[in-house]
This record gives sequence, C-alpha cells and structure tokens, in this order.
Amino acid sequence: MPVRVRIPTPLRTITKGAAEVSAKGTDVRELIEDLERQFPGLRERIVDEGGEIRRFINVFMNDEDIRFLKGKETSLKDGDEISIVPAIAAGAAPSDEHHEARGRSQPERT
Amino acid sequence: MKLPLTEEAIRRYARHIVLPEVGGVGQRKLLAAKALIVGAGGLGSPAALYLAAAGIGTIGMMDPDAVDLSNLQRQILHSMKDLDRPKVFSAQERMEAINPGVKVVPYHAKLSTENAPEILREYDVVLDGSDNFPTKFLVNDACVMLGIPAVIAGILRFDGQLYTIIPKKGACYRCLFRQPPPPGLIPSCQEAGILGAVAGVLGSLQALQAIKILLGIGEPPAGQVLFFDALPGEFKTIRVGRDPACALCGDAPKITELREEGEVCVL
Repeated sequence: MPVRVRIPTPLRTITKGAAEVSAKGTDVRELIEDLERQFPGLRERIVDEGGEIRRFINVFMNDEDIRFLKGKETSLKDGDEISIVPAIAAGAAPSDEHHEARGRSQPERT
Repeated sequence: MKLPLTEEAIRRYARHIVLPEVGGVGQRKLLAAKALIVGAGGLGSPAALYLAAAGIGTIGMMDPDAVDLSNLQRQILHSMKDLDRPKVFSAQERMEAINPGVKVVPYHAKLSTENAPEILREYDVVLDGSDNFPTKFLVNDACVMLGIPAVIAGILRFDGQLYTIIPKKGACYRCLFRQPPPPGLIPSCQEAGILGAVAGVLGSLQALQAIKILLGIGEPPAGQVLFFDALPGEFKTIRVGRDPACALCGDAPKITELREEGEVCVL
C-alpha cells in the first residue's frame, strides 16, 4: 500500500534531497518503520526514544492532524498523503546540523 | 470611525475602496486599526510595507537588533545608510515615507514576559516575524491569554509556514507544537539559509491575513495553517482545530501565566 510522504526541507538530506517519497504501511507506525528502512536515520528525527512523535513535529494525513485521528495507529490506505511538518523559525529549526548537535545533546524534556 | 475619508485618502486608497469587500467602510476600519509586528526582519519587512501602504492606522514595530549588511539580502525595509542603526527606526522611516498617514510606534526591545502584556494589549492583531522559538511561543501565549488574533510565520531555506491563531477558536501554536525543539535537537543559532523572496512571500501573506482579519472578510481564519514549499512551488492550506488537551488553550490549561521558553542556542 504505497503512501506518498511529504518530506520537509530540514529532513531532505536524509532522503537524498527528495521532497516526496513513497512508503508502505497499514498505519502510521508501520509507515515510519518503512521510512527508516529506506532512509536510515529518518525515524529518530520524527519520533523520540519512547517512540512518540516529537513534540515539535506534526504529522498530517490528507490534511488531518493524526493526533485528532488515532495517532500512530491511524490506518492508511493506498493513495493517502502523509505530511511531516516540523516547527520552523528563521534560522532555527530541527535541521541538518541536528546530527552534530546531538553529540552535545542534553536530556530531552518530556 | 464615522469620520468621512478625506479627499486625499479617497485617492490614496482608491484601489481598496473600489473592492466591494473593502469599500469606504472597510478602509475606515483599517485606518482605525492597530497592528503590532514582532521582528523587523525578512518577514516583518514586507508585512510592514504592506500594512503601512494599506493605511493601518497604528503600526507597532518591535525588534531589539540593528541592521547588518547580511540582512539586506531579504530585509527590504532597510538600506545601506541604515547599517548599525536599530531596525525599528529604519523601519519607521520607511513606513512613514510610504504613508505619512499611519502612526508608527517603534519598540527597540526584545519581547519578554514582562513587556508582552502591556504592549500587546494595545493592538487588534499581532504579526510574528521573529527568528526564534521562544519569541514565537511568547507571542502565541500572550495573544491567547489576551484574546488577540495572531499571525505567526516561520521560514527556513525554501520553506514557509503560516499559522493564524484566533484564541479559543482554532489551534494555537502550542496546540500544534507543544514546546520548542529541545536543546541539542536544533542547530545552533547560525543561519540555516533562506532565499530572500521566500521571506517576501510569507511576510506578504502575514500582512494579507492580518488585513482580512481586521476587515472580517474571507474564509474564517481560525486554525488556518499554510505551508509553502518554494522549490516545487506548492502551497497547501489546512485547518487545525483547537486541541482540548492543549496546555495553553485546552479545556484544563496548565499554563496560566507567561513563561520564557529556554533560548535554545548552543553556540
């Protein structure tokens, strides 16, 4: 069940520049796992250590915030479109330098 | 509000007045309106120019910084002669040059938990064009608490985001992003780059959204979220409802007073 996934600019270094990729999964959780298989490193940018969607990232399925659906259990079907949207502020966002920064990362607030 | 438009105003705003959705009544609303712009940079520049040209009667402009040469690639309020000058003053000069009929109130300061309530409460709408998350959250929180509509924009590289916050009616910035990215997960405060014209698109959209709110025209703005991706040239608009679990505007708010989100600069 291929689903189209919109990748935000800050994460495109992981998808080799692709703004849209195709991934499979019956729900959002499986989709994220498939994205990780295709693009190693992508998962940790989207979900935290506990497997929850990061607080400064929103995931939309066909224009609906998945938090208002069933979160990661939101089921997907052929042709759905998923958008991954991090908060951005000019010059400060979860971006490429993120990985460097992780080296110095402090415990994440939850 | 009942004062008739002067002959000069009728000529100046003729292209507005001829629009049935604006008309003389709408133009008088704009002339009586007060808008605050937080950040006189890439977003605040086009927003300020359009709000001044549109005859928004009072425009507050807040920014703690001075003009740097690297700003001129996108911050079209400022000129070479303004280098090292506080941005709010070059902004004021430029806006008044376009339209001496508007009152510009410069605030050469950073928005803080202390100054936010007293400044923001003076305005009908707030435009956030700041370059950092703590300020965006502060604008959002203060506007929600005071019941003032806010139009928050963010830009990075080729991407832009526009959030229209109508307190209690649609998603606020905190409904969407519960907190700023934690330390270590965002880059240092160095510029990640931005194409100047992308800032122009988003700043213009902010001005447009603010004008629509002031006039009460168009689609109901509550919870409108717009994404712009310049490379494929795509806009996408969605609507997000208020999150009943939001710490700020939810049914059982946990945030009841303004707080400073940590500045996440790891330089």
